[in-house]
Amino acid sequence: MGMELAGILRFLASFAIMASIYAIFSMGLNVHWGYTGLLNYGIAGFFAVGAYASALITTPMPTGVLADYVDQAIGLNQPFLVGVLGAAIAAGLVAALVGLLTLRLREGYLAISTIGIAETIRLFFNNEPWLANGPEGLIGLPRPLHGLVAPRYYNYIYLVIVLAFLGIIYVAVERGIRSPWGRVLRAIREDEVMASADGKNVFMFKLQSLILGAMIMGIAGALYAHYSAAIQPGVFTPLFGTFIIWTMLTLGGTGNNRGAILGAFLVWALWSWSTFFISKVVPSGFQTRAPFIRYVLIGLVLVIVLLRRPRGIMGEERQVSRF
Amino acid sequence: MPELIVYGIVLGSIIALGSVGLTLIWSITDLFNCAHGDQITAGAYFALLAGSLFSQLGFLQGKVGPFSFNWGVLLGFVPAILLSAGLAILIDRWVYRPLRRWGATSIVGFIASIGVAWVLRGLIYIIWGADFHFYSTGLRPMLFLPLGIKLRTDEIFIIVVAWAAVALVYLFLKRTKMGKALRALADNPPLARVAGIDTERMIVWAWAIAGTLIAIAGVLYGIETQLRPEMGWIFLLPLFAAIILGGQGSITGALAGGLVMGIAQQVSTAWLVPSYKPAVAFIIMILVLLFRPQGIFGRRRT
Amino acid sequence: MTDLRLENVVSGYGKMEVLHGLSLEVEEGEFASVLGPNGAGKTTLLRTIFGVVKPWKGKVYFRDEDITGFPPERLARMGMCYVPQEESIFPSLTVQENLEMGAFIRDDDIRPRIEEVLELFPDLRDRKQSRAGELSGGMRQMLAIGRALMLNPRLLLLDEPSTGLAPFLVDAIFDRIQKLNEEGVTIFLVEQNARAALRHSDRAYILEGGEKKAEGSAQEIWEDEEIGRLYLGR
Repeated sequence: MGMELAGILRFLASFAIMASIYAIFSMGLNVHWGYTGLLNYGIAGFFAVGAYASALITTPMPTGVLADYVDQAIGLNQPFLVGVLGAAIAAGLVAALVGLLTLRLREGYLAISTIGIAETIRLFFNNEPWLANGPEGLIGLPRPLHGLVAPRYYNYIYLVIVLAFLGIIYVAVERGIRSPWGRVLRAIREDEVMASADGKNVFMFKLQSLILGAMIMGIAGALYAHYSAAIQPGVFTPLFGTFIIWTMLTLGGTGNNRGAILGAFLVWALWSWSTFFISKVVPSGFQTRAPFIRYVLIGLVLVIVLLRRPRGIMGEERQVSRF
Repeated sequence: MPELIVYGIVLGSIIALGSVGLTLIWSITDLFNCAHGDQITAGAYFALLAGSLFSQLGFLQGKVGPFSFNWGVLLGFVPAILLSAGLAILIDRWVYRPLRRWGATSIVGFIASIGVAWVLRGLIYIIWGADFHFYSTGLRPMLFLPLGIKLRTDEIFIIVVAWAAVALVYLFLKRTKMGKALRALADNPPLARVAGIDTERMIVWAWAIAGTLIAIAGVLYGIETQLRPEMGWIFLLPLFAAIILGGQGSITGALAGGLVMGIAQQVSTAWLVPSYKPAVAFIIMILVLLFRPQGIFGRRRT
Repeated sequence: MTDLRLENVVSGYGKMEVLHGLSLEVEEGEFASVLGPNGAGKTTLLRTIFGVVKPWKGKVYFRDEDITGFPPERLARMGMCYVPQEESIFPSLTVQENLEMGAFIRDDDIRPRIEEVLELFPDLRDRKQSRAGELSGGMRQMLAIGRALMLNPRLLLLDEPSTGLAPFLVDAIFDRIQKLNEEGVTIFLVEQNARAALRHSDRAYILEGGEKKAEGSAQEIWEDEEIGRLYLGR
């Protein structure tokens, strides 16, 4: 009985870790789309940059036998927190570059451009083995504090770490959005023309928002990398890295951080638990195809939310300005 | 290099089929259809379904002339077109029309079309699985042309069919009353309404045409390579790049854009690894957006 | 009978009310103008009549039939046609195709009608195969009106036909419109150019801030100094 409970708790812990990581992502997207109206469909790109940056910073350069198999551009062997910081900075830099190129474009064009950028980033990591070992990716990423407990309890530690980041980021974003800076962002989302008529440099604000949101996504990427201890380009596909997060935010409530978190947990629950249920229900001949039922489910969730309740479950937050 | 260009024309013709349909929908309903690629995949698989039905019933097995595919596949064009057009109209009725009714911005439609894309792709994975499928196995007859170009007979078929389809659409738009009404609607939607043109009916026509082109593109691409559930997604970036290059509302532009994309992507393989092809499409698209956002043939839409 | 009658029409966009209870009427065969400054609600007025915008309150009658909120397609079939102020042609279609689109809801042979319309605007005849977007302002305006005439309307609504035209062109356009009126088409137009409108109209209304401020025969309105000062900038 005790064993079963332990098993369930472990399962819940790993579920909560991934859901929380995705919650951080969704909050990053919320800064872009929910608060500033930037249609960013290249989230997977920032995800990848953050994950890879942290990986490259925290692993040593391969030596000896390993060097025959693994190729990477840099290996700084720094601690976990440096990796996370590096991830945020790297993602922010990429966002700055992306922003300079694309922020002046109208929404639909921005969306397609960001898709292209994310794909290009993924292809780059995939096709340039000198950078981060190409399609095989990097393994053996260090896990912070892992010596502290027995391996089978490690997830609880990591969960606490992730929840700490989630909490800090939540507070930071909530503060930010209630500040005068945050109000300008929301004004831009409502009516860009009026905001610029007010004398605000719309472009700079959008760029700052893009960078900030990207940094949050970079952190999430780093947290993901160290959780799975291995990353390859195949992880950062449009589905796993972008689309699922859009569904989370849309379901939970665009423009609402709590909605972002709720949406992340709900969609991740749908994603990870549907595999479980489907494998029970579906006849064995179809087992290999069963995972794709999730594609249909996630797609339906998004379409139905947009048709029935476009504001999401929690709707947009009523912003009460403190100033 | 000449071989790359020729191959680029083959692919470009297929892309052009998709981009003409995509730009038609874009100019009439203001929707950037992210499901276009997956609808192309669906079209290809519809023909596969028809083909396998025919072979189970035991007929239409013989190979068509000098080509690699059999009569079942050739006839399969018909159900593929019907199902694809029907699917497109249904999706519009269930998803995009309600959004139009509520005055939703085109952004919402864009996001919704991504959801539609995933549903389609998931369904294709579920019904047919992740393995590759082929319309036919066996020999692919080749032609040997000057300049060292090797062309499959199938590829001649592809070019002829693609351009014939495009020509038919072009004639339809230029000569028939419905076609002119579609162009009028793309040109000036409020005025079309004032003139009594029923917008919703026209949109159904537009999707029927787009669905037809989508099916043809899918089957042709299946003949050219193989069928797999991700096949349409690969098209999406080049399709978007093609219509942006061509400009909103310009069928000719979409055609030219499709060809340019096909050729550019193929020629790029002389220097870059083939899997970078979508990146090439993307770079061209970004350059157009930065320097000439209305495209080559487009007009600035206010 | 009155061709057009509005009773206490209230209408607007979103939350913004533009027309605040407007009533007016146009007799059969009349040439009536609504004058007023920018923002008075003139375009909204026409759009409300023609069903592009649904009125919030009040009623609109066409030849004593209640047409309140009827969609444009229906009104076109009933004999009412509308020439919008901007974007009034299909720029990438040819002149000929523009006219054909005007007759979209007709199923019969429209070539005789095209000829008749070209009789009224002979300048367009030479440019039949040109793209409408390449025409000059004056020709565009003629084409826009020609398009609306393809259905032989009984009542023609025009939104500021003088927009963007040089003075001599304005006169030319208004002469054509008057000629149409003499042939039996009821004309109802809104205008900023009071002089041109009043010269040709039978009756005029003054609209400001979504309310009717004055009405009378064109002569009366033209001669009234106070109206001229308050509303027509004279």
